[in-house]
Amino acid sequence: MEVTEQLVDKLAHLSRLRFSADEKIAIKNDLQNMIGFVQKLNEVDTTGVQPLLHMGDANNVFRADELKGSVTREAALANAPIPDNQFFKVPKVIKK
Amino acid sequence: MFPFSSIQAYQNSLSSGIVTCVDTVTHYLQQIGNNQQLNAFIEVFADEALEAASLLDEKRKQGKPLGKLHGVVVAIKDVICYNGHKVSAASKMIENFTSIYHATAVEKLLAEDAIIIGRNNCDEFAMGSSSENSAFGVVKNALDESRVPGGSSGGSAVAVQAGMCMVSLGSDTGGSVRQPADFCGIVGLKPSYGRVSRYGLIAYASSFDQIGIFANTIEDAALTLEVIAGVDDYDSTVSQKEVPSYAALLDSDNKKYKLAYFKEALENEALDAEIKQQILSFIALLKAQGHTVEPINFEWLDYVVPTYYILTTAEASSNLSRFDGVRFGHQTAQKNIDLTELYKASRSEGFGKEVQRRIMLGTFVLSSGYYDAYFTKAQQVRQLLYQRSKEIFADYDAIISPTVPATAWKFGEKSDNPTAMYLADIYTVFANLVGIPAVSLPLFKHSNSMPFGLQVMCSHFEEVHLHQLSKVLMHLK
Repeated sequence: MEVTEQLVDKLAHLSRLRFSADEKIAIKNDLQNMIGFVQKLNEVDTTGVQPLLHMGDANNVFRADELKGSVTREAALANAPIPDNQFFKVPKVIKK
Repeated sequence: MFPFSSIQAYQNSLSSGIVTCVDTVTHYLQQIGNNQQLNAFIEVFADEALEAASLLDEKRKQGKPLGKLHGVVVAIKDVICYNGHKVSAASKMIENFTSIYHATAVEKLLAEDAIIIGRNNCDEFAMGSSSENSAFGVVKNALDESRVPGGSSGGSAVAVQAGMCMVSLGSDTGGSVRQPADFCGIVGLKPSYGRVSRYGLIAYASSFDQIGIFANTIEDAALTLEVIAGVDDYDSTVSQKEVPSYAALLDSDNKKYKLAYFKEALENEALDAEIKQQILSFIALLKAQGHTVEPINFEWLDYVVPTYYILTTAEASSNLSRFDGVRFGHQTAQKNIDLTELYKASRSEGFGKEVQRRIMLGTFVLSSGYYDAYFTKAQQVRQLLYQRSKEIFADYDAIISPTVPATAWKFGEKSDNPTAMYLADIYTVFANLVGIPAVSLPLFKHSNSMPFGLQVMCSHFEEVHLHQLSKVLMHLK
């Protein structure tokens, strides 16, 4: 399949990334190569095969419903780019 | 005491008073200082390690019970959380992030008296096979500084290789412990999926990631695994199976093993001729020792790396969506942009090229219209591989292969071509795709003077057999 500029734009938006004009040419090429590379799987006959959804045998591990393992508000906010002692803040996003 | 030979010998020297933990940490700090050009560490916790050492010396003097890793000097890959310390994933995105809790593996190390000496450089978010993708510069192979140490856990491998710590923790999603161990000439162990808690390990691909161990000997790796493995309230994918006393169960009682190798792996045209030759000679030696070694067909070898890249990039695109520049991590300095543009700017400035590539590919395979053709298809192939692994281990104790098709390459040799780099993982990704334990053993030396390893894979949660067989193989040469 062909990777178009339109597809790159769509994926970039979904990925919350943006690329300059030069970067876009590079990422378009890279994607074209990588998709070509993984398309090889089309050669494998997987008719009727159940997809493997979970690795490992650890299913439904229950524990008592006790409050634990939480962090304090102070710790949770300690790495926020905009300091505040109550909330995560974002730059003003509502325009008049 | 130095050079360091084994944890057991070191702990004997501690108890007989020949050496102290403070002496030991001082020695390793010197080694780190002398090897700065290798760039194996992003940060060294010098004062803190010395302080911990002094407390441990005191504890020993008072005759208190000692931990299994008493005084052992450990380095950790910079994707593993150590409370109160920075953890950057070698990325600008979280360069200034400070852990607010311990990874469970770290908690367990500290509970058994280990000393954490620093955090190791690696490929950004553990994505890479050469440790050239770090935001903090490349890591160099101590045996030849013009060559890569492998990746993504390159710094952790070099830290053990160059004697800057005794053992180190890395993470292995598709070979990121075994491949650098191969390139650096040391032991690299990836446990079964779910053997070690992933809590506090920065996620790349959650159904593949496992914390792994670098060591000089299989004995040291087994002891370290015994400490870090086991159930954890904070990781529901970790196995409930009891952890055997790996270090005490290393003797195979002269067992004769039944081993398989993939015919396609040794016939692969990308495989270096000399590596092939030495592996074949080793197989002959194994047979002469009474073990059975048989070629088996593995018709899916060409599909394992594509399957791996579809599934891991998909998981990565989802896992890395948490880096939004709002709750933590890099936030753009651009002003007057809306929230979506804030996310885009922060993420584009914070993530390196390879990380962005993988997020884009992962988003593609998960996006509407392509999901079934790529993502579901890869999950189906993963199922086929899983079933095949069960069949093989019904007949054989282990699968052996080269760890990597070639020895450590030179800087820049593969950095322009992501897919060529990806193929370096051809022998290692199988273990992560099906969740089995695997190890790279430093058994060989190439005429280009670089080391290379033998990969051994056993069935799910058969670490005891893996260690025992590894010990046999290590002593055969």
